[in-house]
Amino acid sequence: MPLKTEKMLEERSNPEVSVDKSNSKVGVPLKHESATAHVSGKAIYVDDHPEPKQTLHAYVGLSSIAKGHITRIDLSQVEKAEGVVSVLTLSDVPGISDIGPVYPGDPIMVNEGDVVEFHGQVIFAVAAKSYVLARRAARLARITYEIHEADHALEKSLKKKQFVRPAHEQTRGNVAIALKNSTRMLSGELNIGGQEQMYLEGQVSLCIPTECGGMIVHTSSQSPTEGQRLVAEVLNVPMNLVTVDVRRMGGGFGGKETNANQWACIAALLARKTNRPVKLRLARVDDFIVTGKRHPFKSRYKVGFDDNGLLTGIEIELAASCGMSADLSDAIVDRAMFHSDNAYFLPHAKIVGHRVKTNTVSNTAFRGFGGPQGMVAIEHIIDDIARNVGKDPLSVRKINFYNKEKKRDITHYGQKIEQHIIPALVNRLETTSDYWKRKAEIKSFNSKSELLKKGLALTPVKFGISFTVKHMNQAGALVHIYTDGSIHLNHGGTEMGQGLFTKVAQIVAHVFDVDTGVISCSATRTDKVPNTSPTAASSSTDLNGMAAKNAAEKIKDRLVMFAMAHFSVCKNDIQFLNGRVLIGENRYAFKDFIMLAHINRISLSATGFYRTPKIHYDRKTGKGRPFYYYANGAAVSEVIIDTLTGEYKVTRVDICHDVGTSINPALDIGQIEGAFIQGMGWLTSEELVWDSKGKLTTNNTASYKIPAISDTPISFNVELLPKSPNVEATIFHSKAVGEPPLMLAISIWSALRDAISSISNYRISPRLDTPATPERVFTSYELVRKQICGTD
Amino acid sequence: MGYLMIRFLLNDNEITLEEINPNISLLEYLREELYLTGTKEGCASGDCGACTVVTSKLGVNKSSLQYEAVNACIVPLGSLHGRQIITVEHLQRGESLHNCQQAMVDNHGSQCGFCTPGFVMSLFSYLKNNEKPEREKILEALGGNLCRCTGYKSIISAAFSMYQDYISDQFDASKGATIKKLERIKNEDAPAFLLAKNQQYLMPRDIRELCKLLDEYPEARLVAGGTDFSLEITQGLKKFETLIDVLNVPQLNSIYENNGHIIIGAAVNLTDAKATLVNLQPNLTELIERFGSLQIRNRGTLGGNIANASPVADMPPVLIALNANITLMKMDSERTIPLEDFFTGYKKTQLMPQEFIKDIQIPMSTRHLFLRAYKVSKRIDDDISSLCAAISIVREEGLIKEARIAYGGMAEVPKRAEICEKSMLGKTWSEVTIEDAMTRIPQDFSPISDFRATAGYRLSVARNLLKRYFLEENRSDNEKFRVTHYAS
Repeated sequence: MPLKTEKMLEERSNPEVSVDKSNSKVGVPLKHESATAHVSGKAIYVDDHPEPKQTLHAYVGLSSIAKGHITRIDLSQVEKAEGVVSVLTLSDVPGISDIGPVYPGDPIMVNEGDVVEFHGQVIFAVAAKSYVLARRAARLARITYEIHEADHALEKSLKKKQFVRPAHEQTRGNVAIALKNSTRMLSGELNIGGQEQMYLEGQVSLCIPTECGGMIVHTSSQSPTEGQRLVAEVLNVPMNLVTVDVRRMGGGFGGKETNANQWACIAALLARKTNRPVKLRLARVDDFIVTGKRHPFKSRYKVGFDDNGLLTGIEIELAASCGMSADLSDAIVDRAMFHSDNAYFLPHAKIVGHRVKTNTVSNTAFRGFGGPQGMVAIEHIIDDIARNVGKDPLSVRKINFYNKEKKRDITHYGQKIEQHIIPALVNRLETTSDYWKRKAEIKSFNSKSELLKKGLALTPVKFGISFTVKHMNQAGALVHIYTDGSIHLNHGGTEMGQGLFTKVAQIVAHVFDVDTGVISCSATRTDKVPNTSPTAASSSTDLNGMAAKNAAEKIKDRLVMFAMAHFSVCKNDIQFLNGRVLIGENRYAFKDFIMLAHINRISLSATGFYRTPKIHYDRKTGKGRPFYYYANGAAVSEVIIDTLTGEYKVTRVDICHDVGTSINPALDIGQIEGAFIQGMGWLTSEELVWDSKGKLTTNNTASYKIPAISDTPISFNVELLPKSPNVEATIFHSKAVGEPPLMLAISIWSALRDAISSISNYRISPRLDTPATPERVFTSYELVRKQICGTD
Repeated sequence: MGYLMIRFLLNDNEITLEEINPNISLLEYLREELYLTGTKEGCASGDCGACTVVTSKLGVNKSSLQYEAVNACIVPLGSLHGRQIITVEHLQRGESLHNCQQAMVDNHGSQCGFCTPGFVMSLFSYLKNNEKPEREKILEALGGNLCRCTGYKSIISAAFSMYQDYISDQFDASKGATIKKLERIKNEDAPAFLLAKNQQYLMPRDIRELCKLLDEYPEARLVAGGTDFSLEITQGLKKFETLIDVLNVPQLNSIYENNGHIIIGAAVNLTDAKATLVNLQPNLTELIERFGSLQIRNRGTLGGNIANASPVADMPPVLIALNANITLMKMDSERTIPLEDFFTGYKKTQLMPQEFIKDIQIPMSTRHLFLRAYKVSKRIDDDISSLCAAISIVREEGLIKEARIAYGGMAEVPKRAEICEKSMLGKTWSEVTIEDAMTRIPQDFSPISDFRATAGYRLSVARNLLKRYFLEENRSDNEKFRVTHYAS
């Protein structure tokens, strides 16, 4: 097609065309950009790529002990096995062999003479002609060990003071004195279970060698840049020779933040060694064994309060089972500490976070990133206080909320709460959920029902948004407009189902006031947008949306400048409206105006950048403003338990959640519902069990039970808090939504305790470690029952 | 015996395979040989539903097609002989999505999209098998599909909305042609045996052939639905040279009445057995609907659930409580034994080499009206029991006349609580009698602790289920005694 001449284009202006009002897509419930591809099986995941010619399949050989020395690695049978082309051990790594993302401690493989630190640690890898042949071969290794006693239990390692990082402390006031002067005091502890991410698409990478020793890496990763850096490091090449490409993930949830790297690195090493494309895909059972999970925690507390349940002083010790290395544990335990206030003002507080080393796989990021554990710890305490003072837990929660008027508005780490959302939100939910009426009905039901007992609880969530590591709060984007008016968009964030690509496309569409259909968002690639942060901390729309807006606005500014000069009009005479550009009397179709700009040699490509303002935190003093803002919400959950078996059911859930001004309400509600059910799984049916030798026994979907469809409550009402824009200048005054609603599920656990407690007329606060499986609910109930029999 | 090929329809294309690796699953075939990558692997063990596809076969009356959702990851490719396979790629007509796809889009039913093709196929199967959307049935149909992103609410909404404006689809339009093609495959069928490179996938057409093949290939493994067996390949990475598929042996696939017994062929799957069992005792509905998932029940067989001799299998306790016998067959000899005597130890049975289970015989008796079955697990849908109880306490004029109480998950085999049973015989049907019987449970069982439950929990709950039984038998009609009676 010949280029249209400038004259032809200018003549296309049609002043008669009536231009509708703005076509802004921000705030509209658009479907996920890949929805049609998802439902028709056309969405491509890494394992769906047509394999390049000569692709080999890699697999890993794992340690069969949790701790000990490797005395001998005999791979002769592996090498001889059918279809095997190459094997890889640590000696084959040309570059750096420790792939610890922040601190060292994560060897890519362990060699003869090295120490094995968990059951399932990678010792070697093999590349073969097919996936099955590689897997079979990997089982033929003969590894000899000198076995040491493994410390896989949190409590034991804590006692032994084995840590991966030093403890951190946040204090305010004088807790010792506050506790001493308190009218009432309680202490207690809670074991909080971990959680497997259980993304439906397992870990997978496909590496294709390029000239000059480089590598193209197709991977299912939340951290393309980190993957790029580590692949470059293990190969000993500069980063500019490695390109990481991530179109989408079949779920990530934090499990592909640092944990995707090792498989990309091993595939790259084998690709380098064989000079052939290599794909490494973990089978589900091995994915369970070799990748990190949500940290199990132990919380211990001492709390002082008055007769109304108002907190006066608190001491919380949070100990996380980090596994064998630091990975992201420092930041995760910090976040647990930052959320051990949840929505409550802690006048005198001492929060200590321990990073305990255990001989288990190194635990890692999982939606909430420590926040859930910190929050469940404080909600546990609030419920205990309520039963101690004989009040409804909701009343105790309410009097302890942060409060502007009473000047109870500074967190224990020194951040001032500037937008007080929770009190009004909770009042609203109290009414919409009919909390008090139902509470009364439940009490009456329980008094008549011998075997089945109901419970009800409302718990709030206040979740800090920003990476607590300051430098990570930056993002880049790349926008091209092509001469046909179509827009190509890239940014540093990855798509794992959360709808990031959709939201960022909406933002760019808004800038030019064009339809989102004009915009195509392609794979996240390190050669398009460099030096990106992982897609994590709920902040990807905040960061990448802003960066994309910045890029789009740069182009728009150039277009405006061009139009001003070309048509001799003022800035105010130029308007981008509903797929058209209005310049004085002229009305151009967007694509025609773009072509006109191109012919006039206007650059139609720009990069964008964003960094979050205002944030800082001093780890020495434990004070600062680590979060740009807070996302808030609350949930009311009702449960019914069977006291004969401990089986239970969630019968109704009401949620009100604060997403600021929503960019896409459909996606936001999807995030809230999904996070809630995932949080429910964490606290109820998802139980990780290790045997006495430190081997994970719940290592597949048959033994590890994430919520299934019948677990979704029949009555599940989710509302976005209306008319509540973010007071900070975030992208269209929206708020992050990925992680915060996960913690709304604490209401279910709290409701289970409420149901159990009912048999003591709400006087006894039952111990209920998580996950609250039917067995734990039963055991908890039995303890309370025996206590009543004993005392009455 | 003739040498024949495996023939099936992929959507409406007939495919003939002259060689087959008996170890290959339908999923591997779709993804790796046909490059149909819309069907995903989530677990390769039938526990997540990401690989769900729909198969159709000729219905009983030959003028209909029976659509079944199955987990492609654990369906041996060979067993598709004579069936139609429909995958997510086949639903769209040109640019227009099938109703079940469009409903997922409209209701925001996909997020990461990886589980989505599986859900779409389960929805498709539901649409084909049900006149209208009903919540409980939808949950049953989707219980074997895991989604980690959405929380399921949007998917449930999609299941309802796919019925809007739905009249028929391309599969209805081509139904006649499909039936003809499948009939042709069936009629042209001599015994189908696939022999290639020392590997065999053998598909005997009657019981004589089956016996003969077992004699000829003593090392061969029998495979019916393959729901458990396939894990030896996908997880254990084993390689089998000879498989004998029993799904086409009529004697193993029929249900009939004979001599005061209901006879259920060993290769009858749980979906097909459901109606018969529920007819005997409507109380069994919940247990059967919680047996695996619909995908598993569409493939897993009653005989397989017995032959595996898993201590946590759900059907043996029920069948033992029903006083079932099983017939074992080998060449020309048959023997019938009480099911409870079949299990001899952990995963050990009385089966001799080359012997197989022919059928299960359940006496027809009004005593079954006293049966109740309970499953206790961490999750309601698609979970393995921590323990399972089937309790039948027959009363006459207020006295306990017979008690058959069988548990799964309490011992190394499915086992009756004999001491407990004896303690109540002849006694009054009363709380006192039951309370006393409950105390006997620890004399009958010393369960183990594992990741599903501790020994203590198993003992306590086993006791309490007797109490639940007593209360449920005595309850008024509308009283609810189980949390599962509250709507999901």
